[in-house]
Amino acid sequence: MGWAIAIHGGAGDIPLSLPPDRRLPREDALRHCLNIGVNALKSQQHALDVVELVVRELENHPNFNAGRGSVLTNSGTVEMEACIMDGNTKRCGAVSGLTTVVNPISLARLVMEKTPHIYLAFDGAEAFAREQGVDTVDSSHFITPENTERLKQAKEANRVQIDYTQPIQKEVKIETHAADCDSQIGTVGCVAVDNHGNLATATSTGGLVNKMVGRIGDTPVIGAGTYANHLCAVSATGKGEAIIRCTVARDVAALMEFKGLSLEEAAASVVESALIGTVGLVAVSPSGEVTMLFNTTGMFRACATEDGYSEIGIWSSRQN
Amino acid sequence: MGGWAIAVHGGAGVDPNLPTERQEEAKRLLTHCLNLGISAVRSNLSAIDVVELVVRELETDPLFNSGRGSALTEKGTVEMEASIMDGPKRRCGAVSGITTVKNPISLARLVMEKSPHSYLAFAGAEEFARNQGVELVDNDYFITEDNVGMLKLAKEANSILFDYRIPIVGLETCSAGAAATESPLQMNGLPISVYTPETVGCVVVDKEGRCAAATSTGGLMNKMTGRIGDSPLIGAGTYACDLCGVSCTGEGEAIIRGTLAREVGAVMEYKGLGLQEAVDYVVKVRLDEGKAGLIAVSNNGEVACGFNTNGMFRGIASENGFMEVAIWE
Repeated sequence: MGWAIAIHGGAGDIPLSLPPDRRLPREDALRHCLNIGVNALKSQQHALDVVELVVRELENHPNFNAGRGSVLTNSGTVEMEACIMDGNTKRCGAVSGLTTVVNPISLARLVMEKTPHIYLAFDGAEAFAREQGVDTVDSSHFITPENTERLKQAKEANRVQIDYTQPIQKEVKIETHAADCDSQIGTVGCVAVDNHGNLATATSTGGLVNKMVGRIGDTPVIGAGTYANHLCAVSATGKGEAIIRCTVARDVAALMEFKGLSLEEAAASVVESALIGTVGLVAVSPSGEVTMLFNTTGMFRACATEDGYSEIGIWSSRQN
Repeated sequence: MGGWAIAVHGGAGVDPNLPTERQEEAKRLLTHCLNLGISAVRSNLSAIDVVELVVRELETDPLFNSGRGSALTEKGTVEMEASIMDGPKRRCGAVSGITTVKNPISLARLVMEKSPHSYLAFAGAEEFARNQGVELVDNDYFITEDNVGMLKLAKEANSILFDYRIPIVGLETCSAGAAATESPLQMNGLPISVYTPETVGCVVVDKEGRCAAATSTGGLMNKMTGRIGDSPLIGAGTYACDLCGVSCTGEGEAIIRGTLAREVGAVMEYKGLGLQEAVDYVVKVRLDEGKAGLIAVSNNGEVACGFNTNGMFRGIASENGFMEVAIWE
């Protein structure tokens, strides 16, 4: 028993050759956010407050694909989405299509607590944000040079794929790989169980690089990217379309409930049965167990438990 | 075992005082759509084609809350949403915030088949619709007099009102309004009167044992603009896999929290329950205080429905000759 917390900064095709100037700031950020969460849990804060707090911090960090630092749509704009869920009550809140709200996860929480609804999106969500008086800024605040470059590369890769014929496929493949490598970073999330066994999860993202305007991913779809009940709290990351079809977050809990699998077994089963390279997740159970699994090259992650264990990683344990 | 089966629904939770004439109208439409689906599946159309064409028919008819005849937002506009899922390979498509597309379910299918994504919403979805050349109309097209009246009542009662198709009378004599003031039910912890949204849906298992599901709605009367309910959320309002196809209707928020549609598939897959057992389990156990209903088919040619509401508009048929259109228990 005891508290536990796990956070992620996105699963994807993170190359082993990621240069230190890209790796270290992210590891530092994970450490920083983990500590914030750990301190909050130590001060007896409720799991729901902890996950919101930590995800706000991750959103503010420009190196992760959420809030500031969100990847761009095919129009060069930012459209953010987020979702929060309380394990005890299964109350939840979700938002999509945000363009000016500094902390999407907090707006998701307000939807849960201040409206009769679960999910608000686009203009309606932005209007609600103004009514609630949350922090809003010009949407240029969220756009970073890194992401502008990622979008450029993604567009170039698409163009190349259309323009070139079969023999040049190999070259094209390598180019797209380089273009994609750093850009598969999708989503941030936090799951926590507090001293009283309360579970909660929160996920936030800018979505997919070069996504169509209006595209919604798995993050705000309860049961896909985000889910919590009395058995576990889960936050997923990866390719939204795959996570939706596999109802990833819900299935972890369903396997525990209906097949009696442990947290680790359930998470492993779900991750393994998804198409390779598409899914990663973090999860906790009421007894303080933590699992962080992925079938992608890597997943930015960190966790800590009350008995003193803590871990920060990107690739599989052997490679870190 | 085996063979085709089909179910359609026009919403869970019905006003016990619904005039007979309205009940007959509803049953006629359900029968018509059921027959359409039966002919289609008999002519070897695949499940995914059948659910789409049946839901298009339901959207086009102004009777239920989808397409034309959709419930209105707090601003008096229509914002529709829909989702479709194909059991084999679990391909899916969904749309929300649709304001000019005549048949949202078909746009959802196009998202599934012609876009790299699974879910498009609002301006982006409308843009995609234009690029795909689907039939577009003014938002006014979807608005009916009945619903304009309903919205007014809902605002007066200051509650979220589900769609009842009851005649528009004074608030005191309107059973919806009376119920609202007499015994306000709780939704998300707030005192809001609760009725059914008359979302529409169709599930089919074809002769090859392939399952599919489709759901479409205008959402809650007097909803906040931008509010998304369960209908476009895969796993909540709609789900299909190798084993089954499910479409739900009722309190959107309860269906989302309970991931209702996925739940039917999950208990079949992980607990080995049969279709009816799974449906009963989910309705009894998963809904806690929420009110909802669902229809489902299995790859074995079975069809089932379940609801904990006061009635559900539905039609069911299977290859062995069984056919039923009903409203009450």
